Amino acid sequence: MAPDPNIAGRSMAVGLRALNRFASSGAIDRLGLRDPVVSLLHQASKTTGRTAARAGRTFAAAQRLSRPARQPSARSSDLFDLTPSDEQLMLRDSTRDFALARVRPVAESADADCAAPPNLLAQANELGLSMVGVPEELGGAVQERSATTTVLMSEALAQGDMGIAVACLAPAAVSTAISLWGDEQQQATYLPEFVGESVPAAALAVMEPGPLFNPFALSTTARQAGGGYVLDGVKALVPRAADSELFVIAADLPGDGPSLFIVEPGTAGISIEAEPAMGIRAAATGRLILEEVQLPATALLGGGERSVFTECIQLGRLAWSALAVGTGQATLAYVSDYVKERKAFGEPIANRQAVAFTVANMAIELDGLRLTTYRAAGLVDQGKPFSREVALARRLCTDRAMTIGSDGVQMLGGHGFVKEHPVERWYRDLRAAGLMEGALLV
Amino acid sequence: MINLELPRKLGGLVAQSHQVATEIFRPNSRKYDTAEHEYPKELDMLAAVIDGMNESGALGGAGAGTVGSGGNGAPPKGEGGNRNGSNMASLLGLIELCWGDVGLLLAMPRQGLGQAAIAAVANPEQLARFGGKWAAMAITEPEAGSDSAAIRTTAKLDGDEYVLNGEKIYVTSGDRAELVVVWASLDRSQGRAAIKSFVVERDNPGLKLDRLEHKLGIRASDTANFFLQDCRVPKENLLGDPEIAPKGGFSGVMQTFDNTRPLVAGMAVGVARACLEATREQLESAGIEIDYDLPPALQSAAAAEFIAMEADWEAARLLTLQAAWMADNKKPNSLQASMAKAKAGRVGTDLALRCVALCGATGYAEGELLEKWARDAKILDLFEGTQQIQLLIVARQLLGKTSAELK
Repeated sequence: MAPDPNIAGRSMAVGLRALNRFASSGAIDRLGLRDPVVSLLHQASKTTGRTAARAGRTFAAAQRLSRPARQPSARSSDLFDLTPSDEQLMLRDSTRDFALARVRPVAESADADCAAPPNLLAQANELGLSMVGVPEELGGAVQERSATTTVLMSEALAQGDMGIAVACLAPAAVSTAISLWGDEQQQATYLPEFVGESVPAAALAVMEPGPLFNPFALSTTARQAGGGYVLDGVKALVPRAADSELFVIAADLPGDGPSLFIVEPGTAGISIEAEPAMGIRAAATGRLILEEVQLPATALLGGGERSVFTECIQLGRLAWSALAVGTGQATLAYVSDYVKERKAFGEPIANRQAVAFTVANMAIELDGLRLTTYRAAGLVDQGKPFSREVALARRLCTDRAMTIGSDGVQMLGGHGFVKEHPVERWYRDLRAAGLMEGALLV
Repeated sequence: MINLELPRKLGGLVAQSHQVATEIFRPNSRKYDTAEHEYPKELDMLAAVIDGMNESGALGGAGAGTVGSGGNGAPPKGEGGNRNGSNMASLLGLIELCWGDVGLLLAMPRQGLGQAAIAAVANPEQLARFGGKWAAMAITEPEAGSDSAAIRTTAKLDGDEYVLNGEKIYVTSGDRAELVVVWASLDRSQGRAAIKSFVVERDNPGLKLDRLEHKLGIRASDTANFFLQDCRVPKENLLGDPEIAPKGGFSGVMQTFDNTRPLVAGMAVGVARACLEATREQLESAGIEIDYDLPPALQSAAAAEFIAMEADWEAARLLTLQAAWMADNKKPNSLQASMAKAKAGRVGTDLALRCVALCGATGYAEGELLEKWARDAKILDLFEGTQQIQLLIVARQLLGKTSAELK
């Protein structure tokens, strides 16, 4: 697929539009944020590539607000409607253009390298992925909080490659978590870096090794000591673990249960091991080993509230469903073309019901998953309960999306099993979507 | 803007339909399942009430059981041109009524499928003569089921009348209706283009009842088989264009189904919800807890299966709403209508059977309605196009195949 020369321009336009909205916002002047931000942007634009090494970046509070900023929810419509807003269309389409023209061509090598190309990750930041979940007065790109917008962008990105999508979206999970649940100090300390041009690698670490993982009964513990916390445990399949400059880590806090902690990787007692997996290899998954990691009291995110942690898990599952929709769509499109081209017994195999019906079922189940995912996201945006709907999307993601991945390989026969075609990678990636916890947030 | 919740303005319709289902359908479910072919007289009064509500517009401009006519009349306008109109209203009403009883819904006076065909292709004069009457639809023949282009019933013009000859089977409410819309060929050598539909008065002496079927389910709804023997109808009873056009004629007839497929999908969604609700009650009384946040593998097998069933049900429901929403907004929805019908049709049967199994003897015995719903649900994966026909339609559209290429 030849890269579309307009893609860069369009992607940049989105980034600039976000920047323009930010710059024209009265809030930054009111809050005295213009100078620090302008200098930060100036700095970022001069820098080629990332200079800060892991743990080299210092997160320091720029200007603290008197209360934490939160994005308001989008207005909700009373009518059933499947039409995205103009803003959603723009963000989704630019992301999809980027995914197909820039991400897809490098997906195979990124899978082999277990890393996404750094320049691609930098380009992805232009799409504003880590800004859409940040309140406007803190530099965010979008006025209203919209899980639906994030779902649409995630789905679009995963049409390029799920592993690279995870690598691109991992920092957004951290910025969204701090936007949603951080206090004013935490927001002031960490969020400015996520709305700049040099977005730090960051990861939300929830998974742990072992069968039957239950995110609500964590083995990683946080005990209170010396006015702060001490973390012990192992987190598994953490995206971009080795180059992350900030973590949000889930650990069990005695008395409060599962909780989230902001952890800077320079803290003593943290070691990282590569943990490549069956799929999403471009996300450079790693294991995080926490031994007597001492954290200040200010590291606790969301006050250890059970509702915060539950929401974090639910929003993570929803994000994975969105990725599964995107990868499922890629699979469906690829297979549809293939079965029309491939001939057997003197005609295209698409002329056989056994093949054609399989493709029809892929499309039907994909659309079912997509609509179920959208409904759950809409409920998030409307502030209504969404636990059940997320669980249903998750279930379809585990069962039906995996079947789409498996059928994708099946329809290509032996050709599907070799790396000449991407369907074997999508098969490996789709297994992740129904089992991963955390790492992403919508 | 994306919102997949049901509109508040249709809440009244949903509540009314649910009340009908609870107060009239459910209490009579077992009675007419047992007394097959007995006329459910309780429906007469209800039908009169529904007619009244239709006329007064109390049902959002759409009869609870009326099949959609693709937005005949102006659907209410919503924000930004988005509409939740008569297709959505009909669908939501049907889901509730079929939560009550699919068989009784199909037996409702004056709500037959034939009325949809009349609404879709009749001219104003025909609408005036036939509108509001109870019309059944006669398509299927012993040798022509899914392949409706292969029908053998013939219609020959003789003076001012057409003379119909042939055999029709599986005519829902065929014996109870006032009119039967009969599909017949003007010239069998010209294939599907020559197939037309004709309105036959039930009391026409040429329309002879052969028998009423004894069925697996939906026993409250009579299924009639007819012989047409020199059955003469005025030539004005041919619906639509009497000319044999090489293209478009048959597809016009088939368009009726684009509007009715989402409704049949909705029937499956309704009966499947009844199964899920009853099963959940049974499971909870047995001490099973269903936790949506806990990974299913950490819950009881029954709870995990329940969540999996609900997930498929939700997918079917949303696919169905999507198809109806597209019809309301004048978006071509043939693909989505078949996707909804395929998913909901199989989910209805699959869920109902799994619910019976989960509930064991309670599910299987006639003391509860679960076993009946599992029998009723199967028809919804058969009529208005079987599962396999829907997959053919979906596949042909997705892959750009003609019916000659993908048979």
